Amino acid sequence: MTRTHLTLALLCAFALLAGCTGVKSYEREMLADPIMSFSRDSLSDQYLQHVYEVREGARGATTTEGGGCGCN
Amino acid sequence: MFVRAVLKMAAIIYVLTTLLAAPASQAAMPKIGAAAPDFALKSSSGKNLKLSEHRGEVVMINFWATWCGPCRQELPLLNQLHEQYRKAGFTLLGVNIDDRPDAAQTMAKKLGITFPVLFDTEKRVSHLYDVNAMPSTVLIDRDGKVRYIHLGYRAGYETSYESQIRELLKQ
Amino acid sequence: MNAAVSVAATRQPQCAGTGRAWLPALLAALGMLVSHTATAVVLPEDRTDLLYHYYDGGGVTVRGPAMLVRKSVGDNVSISGRYYVDTISSASIDVVTTASPYKDKREEFGVGIDYLHGNSLVQASVTSSKENDYLADTMSLNVSHDLFGGLTTLNLGFSQGQDTVQRVDTSFEEDINRYSYRLGVTQVLSKSLLLGVGYEGIAEEGYLSNPYRSARVLGATLPEQYPGTRDSQAVSVRAVKGFSSDQRPVITSVRADYRYFRDNWGIRSNTLGVALQRYFGSSVLGEARYRYYQQSAATFYSDNFTSEMTYMARDKELSTFHSHSLGAKVTWYFVDRKYLFLDRMSLNFSHDYIYFDYQDFTDVRTGELYSFGANILQLYISAWY
Repeated sequence: MTRTHLTLALLCAFALLAGCTGVKSYEREMLADPIMSFSRDSLSDQYLQHVYEVREGARGATTTEGGGCGCN
Repeated sequence: MFVRAVLKMAAIIYVLTTLLAAPASQAAMPKIGAAAPDFALKSSSGKNLKLSEHRGEVVMINFWATWCGPCRQELPLLNQLHEQYRKAGFTLLGVNIDDRPDAAQTMAKKLGITFPVLFDTEKRVSHLYDVNAMPSTVLIDRDGKVRYIHLGYRAGYETSYESQIRELLKQ
Repeated sequence: MNAAVSVAATRQPQCAGTGRAWLPALLAALGMLVSHTATAVVLPEDRTDLLYHYYDGGGVTVRGPAMLVRKSVGDNVSISGRYYVDTISSASIDVVTTASPYKDKREEFGVGIDYLHGNSLVQASVTSSKENDYLADTMSLNVSHDLFGGLTTLNLGFSQGQDTVQRVDTSFEEDINRYSYRLGVTQVLSKSLLLGVGYEGIAEEGYLSNPYRSARVLGATLPEQYPGTRDSQAVSVRAVKGFSSDQRPVITSVRADYRYFRDNWGIRSNTLGVALQRYFGSSVLGEARYRYYQQSAATFYSDNFTSEMTYMARDKELSTFHSHSLGAKVTWYFVDRKYLFLDRMSLNFSHDYIYFDYQDFTDVRTGELYSFGANILQLYISAWY
């Protein structure tokens, strides 16, 4: 239970950071580049993830969305 | 149950963060009906262009960037509007916010843009207009007052742009 | 048997019967009032990827094609289709020591639909996988929601899966039910720094072992006995940092990720990964990556039990081991301007080498602790339109 509470505390903490980051929508040029994403080629990354998952005991918590240029 | 506890925590985080972030994220976008803040920027022709020089015309300011997909989609459509209504007293100013103006120059040339492209590399004007969406479009009437603001671009927006331009040209 | 596509799930959330059912509605309303019109949640890009993959290690060779096609329909909807094949030639340690080498083929189809509505992206998908002794069907639902003008993205996900486990030689057939729940937040910390935190809980019930595999008790073989349920939790943190140069806004990026996993079988694992990506000129992108994985064994795992237990497993995936993985990828953007209906095309090649080192699993042929290395090759073309 403590580790779960730690995670949720983490979520809380950096969600609160949101008000402090102050990155404007016209400053998101770098974030628009594909190498600034967590996964630029999902088919390839999912395949590699599958190779690991069938040979290991652990699974999960490997995908996220977000970041990017914020256009539209 | 554990999952219920997680859901409860997630809900609490969500409401806390949306409430706490509200004061920090106040927009200072020009209010509808207020005077559009004046500015001067270097243009693609090399000359400095000032917004107040266009008093008496209907002006559309479009904030765009080369790294913004919807901006690239919108530019040719804006060009069409510019060609169609410039003789009636309509001016389109494309304020580009790339760090590197040459990238913007190249893209504008490739898309065949004929309206002036202004380079806001220092983001002064973006900050002045508190641009909080990309692209952003501001429509200013002949008296220099902000009349319409569009945040983002979706297919079909150009139809609203056109009817608003026509409306402002009549005044 | 080749393990089917791993699907995550948790126990189905119960409806909130605590009398505060109005709370979620209030929160949703509040969220909508305060959120900006600007969003970072957008439809995924239209693209097609054609991949050929090849794995060779530990006596197993797996190869095959994979394909992903994605196309947007209008402004708010994107549909995707996925096809994946594994052709397996297996003389793995499990197979060689208890049976004879075999060939198998696994096929997987998936379709998905993405719907963008204001600040939210809803993604629904179904996947079906089939091989001659294992069937797996999964349904997934994900919601991504923007907060604070797109600087924060909240992700919620749910998946439900059903597997059918069979044997090629008998009429054996059992089921597995799987539920997974995902929660994640991505935060833009600066112009060049992105942070993500995620959680995933999975609950499985049913026939969770391998019908072909045996356990060892004092050297003799006995069928494995697994618990009928498995609950797990995983927490991950990841970050990407970008660096600019005179030539381009981003020339290099560094990515790091960490995941902690634990389940009620007693397995504890840590995963650490780093990746460096760099542009060389205007059309080549290089990537170097390293991954370290470590896990401790399940409580009912043993290489050689001293007496018969209620639960017994000798699956090396449940043993104590660690692995190091080193890889590199090269991407060549050979089309970088509008060509017919295409915007961009890239050719990609990657090679990863993994080394597995087991601490309490032995190779019965030698009596030594087992270890092996494997090579993973990928060759793929991507097209954007």
